[in-house]
Amino acid sequence: MNQILARLFPPQTRRPDEVVIEFGIIFAMLSLVYLLTRLKKWGWLWREWLTSVDHKKIGIMYLVSALLMLFRGGVDALMIRSQLALPNNHLLPVGQYDELFTTHGTIMIFFMAMPFLFALFNVAVPLMIGARDVAFPRLNAVSFWLFAAGAILFNISFVIGGSPNAGWTAYPPLTELRFNPGVGENYYLVSLLIAGIGTTITGINFMTTILRMRAPGMTLMRMPMFVWTVLVTGALIIFAFPPLTIALLLTLLDRLFGSSFFTLGHGGMPMQFVNLFWLFGHPEVYIVVLPAFGIFSEVVPVFSDKKLFGYPAMVGSVLAITILSYIVWVHHFFTMGAGPSVNAFFGVTTMLIAIPTGVKIFNWVLTMWGGRIRFTVAMLWQLAFIPAFLVAGVTGVLLATVPVDYQMHNSYFLIAHFHLALIGGTVFGVLSGMYYWWPKMFGFMLNERQGKWAFWIFVIGFFVTFVPQYMLGFEGMTRRMYTYPPGLGWGALNMVSTIGAFIQGAGFLVLVYNVLWSMRYGERDVTGDPWNGRTLEWSLPSPAPAYNFATIPLVTHRDEWWEMKQSGRANAYKVKSSAIRPVHMPKRSAMPLFMGISFFVLGFGMVFSWWIIAIVGALGVIASLFLSAFDYNDTEELDPQDIRRSEAALGRLEV
Amino acid sequence: MSQTLSKLAREQELPLEFADYHESIKITGFWIFLTTDLVLFSCLFATFAVMRYDYANGPTPLHLFHMTPLIVETALLLTSSFTCSLAIYQSRRQNKNGALSWLILTILLGMGFVGTEVHEFVSYVNSGATWHQSGFLSAFFTLVGTHGSHVTFGIFWALTLVAQLVQRGITPRTSRKLYTFALYWHFLDIVWVFIFSFVYLSNMTGGKMV
Repeated sequence: MNQILARLFPPQTRRPDEVVIEFGIIFAMLSLVYLLTRLKKWGWLWREWLTSVDHKKIGIMYLVSALLMLFRGGVDALMIRSQLALPNNHLLPVGQYDELFTTHGTIMIFFMAMPFLFALFNVAVPLMIGARDVAFPRLNAVSFWLFAAGAILFNISFVIGGSPNAGWTAYPPLTELRFNPGVGENYYLVSLLIAGIGTTITGINFMTTILRMRAPGMTLMRMPMFVWTVLVTGALIIFAFPPLTIALLLTLLDRLFGSSFFTLGHGGMPMQFVNLFWLFGHPEVYIVVLPAFGIFSEVVPVFSDKKLFGYPAMVGSVLAITILSYIVWVHHFFTMGAGPSVNAFFGVTTMLIAIPTGVKIFNWVLTMWGGRIRFTVAMLWQLAFIPAFLVAGVTGVLLATVPVDYQMHNSYFLIAHFHLALIGGTVFGVLSGMYYWWPKMFGFMLNERQGKWAFWIFVIGFFVTFVPQYMLGFEGMTRRMYTYPPGLGWGALNMVSTIGAFIQGAGFLVLVYNVLWSMRYGERDVTGDPWNGRTLEWSLPSPAPAYNFATIPLVTHRDEWWEMKQSGRANAYKVKSSAIRPVHMPKRSAMPLFMGISFFVLGFGMVFSWWIIAIVGALGVIASLFLSAFDYNDTEELDPQDIRRSEAALGRLEV
Repeated sequence: MSQTLSKLAREQELPLEFADYHESIKITGFWIFLTTDLVLFSCLFATFAVMRYDYANGPTPLHLFHMTPLIVETALLLTSSFTCSLAIYQSRRQNKNGALSWLILTILLGMGFVGTEVHEFVSYVNSGATWHQSGFLSAFFTLVGTHGSHVTFGIFWALTLVAQLVQRGITPRTSRKLYTFALYWHFLDIVWVFIFSFVYLSNMTGGKMV
């Protein structure tokens, strides 16, 4: 018994700050349970959310989770920056510092950026292509619950068993049992494997949806640009996630079952992990940034009152980026010493990516050129993206120059580069998308004035944080450094960077206030088209009814909704009563949730090598697969009469 | 519903599973899934290629591999691919019992394959060749074992298909399930051809392959 407790709660889970947080979490969970019981909301939660297969609701669940993870990853970042603010600082124990930079990176990439994007995929894509749901609604829910299982498993590590501490890239041999005997790395491997299955399913699901379920008349070249980027992101996911799965799986086999893939002895080959990891890792950068490009390509035309400049060039450049992203992975480890010819090849391919990316930047700017720009919050995030991403891209080309990279490798120059790319690209993108599609999700607007405050505070904090890090890199400060002596000239720059980080934190708090305030007092969106939009989702009421489209639209133009409004056919969205047919919709199901819980139990058992628990979880997974194989009763028919009634209530019925 | 559909399918000369819009979408999704599985195996092949000479004083392929189990496994799996196609052929002719018989034969051949492979692995381990011993053995057991566990999963999948065919006969949905299973089964066959030549044959000649 004592042995079990010692494994569950090793010393690193008993630091005072963590104990406080643990009790905080327990208190928050108990209050949530109390509140749900008091308000009699359990049934509502079960029917409307936990068992839902509606893409719009799954999108909202992704969004809420991503915001929570942004908070967790942000707190990690603030702790890292506090430790680095002063020379010779010992605010945090060194072990905790290692855990923090590991969980910060992992959470921000896998449990914040990706679900945030998947939230917007789910919310927008079916509505934009005139579909009633995604191709596999139940698998869509499975994806979400596998993500949730992975995220919860990863996040409980600091309370139970200890966090991983080998960095978000988890290079062996440091992650091998010999050097890292605790359960922390098991948490990293197992939770990413589980969430990775969910991500792969999402990629398959959205590719199939876009390839097969577009409304009649919506040819590939009439698709909204965001849909294009989701399509290529799906392609990136299905090619990028298997290498990650294999890299993680082989490490896990080494740790749990004694194989010799990445060990130092027995003919192991640690660099094979690094190759597999970045074979995933570089496409991953584009998995999180291409959809953000797609969001900007929607936001810019709407708020410039012009159609997107150079649509075919935009499509061509995302395809070029997709293909190039697979032949650049070695630039993450030029210092491996693969030789000049190999390094030169990967250096040149990396620089080539700057061309299609530059094309896109010019196209956005030329879309704005001569337009009537409305400075909404969504548009402001886009405007801040352009300088941030430009600097990130130019310094990226610098890093692609092999001799320069030998100097800059793993320095703060690199840290500044990819934070400018990932925050300036992805985070600005998803926040722009969140403000843009928020009325479509919830039926009310986010307050613009507060949103602008959040924007300015965050963006100023962002540049104050990361520009000094470029200089720190030049002065030789390396990444993942616990502390540094005074007298190197790093003190002031680090202090400025830390102050910037706290300004960003303040910006996030204003954003949260913005959301909470608007929930209560925000302007309701009664038109369904608050921005004077161009694409089909704005032809629907906000929020859209469960079946999305009472009748499937016939698409004749690229910006179909805009064309309808321009040619005076804006009333064409009104539905003819006689045209309404019965609609087949997927039934809600508890299977995805059960699958997620089973995977969680399986994962927990594997982390601690408690095989009885793992087998119980595995049996749950098998049971849910088996039961869904025999479930032929998974769709239901909506009565046309009900659809007529709900469309009439929305004032959209033409008799 | 399914009768009008099968009539429509005959008129368009499309198989049932393609004539039904919703089922045909699932086939598209399954092809994309197979792509991910293909990339998964590619990574394992690449890992094997990197580690194939890392014997670390352990056994080499020349000590380890024997022709007999290899020939038996190959014959069983390739034949099962053929019987699997015959099951599809019978389901296209709406012959439920024919489809069922060929599917059951496919399962039996698959079981024979897995049984032989397990026997082969056990004999390696008994001779002291565990995967702990070298990078080569780790990569070998993982690549071939992943294929073997895919076949095992396929066998259980096919068993649920037998039950569904008995229960429901040949409908757009069951014929789609049968069709996607066949895609999966043929895919595993193709992977085996590469394992056969790249993992076994090229290492049994003793000569290095470029």
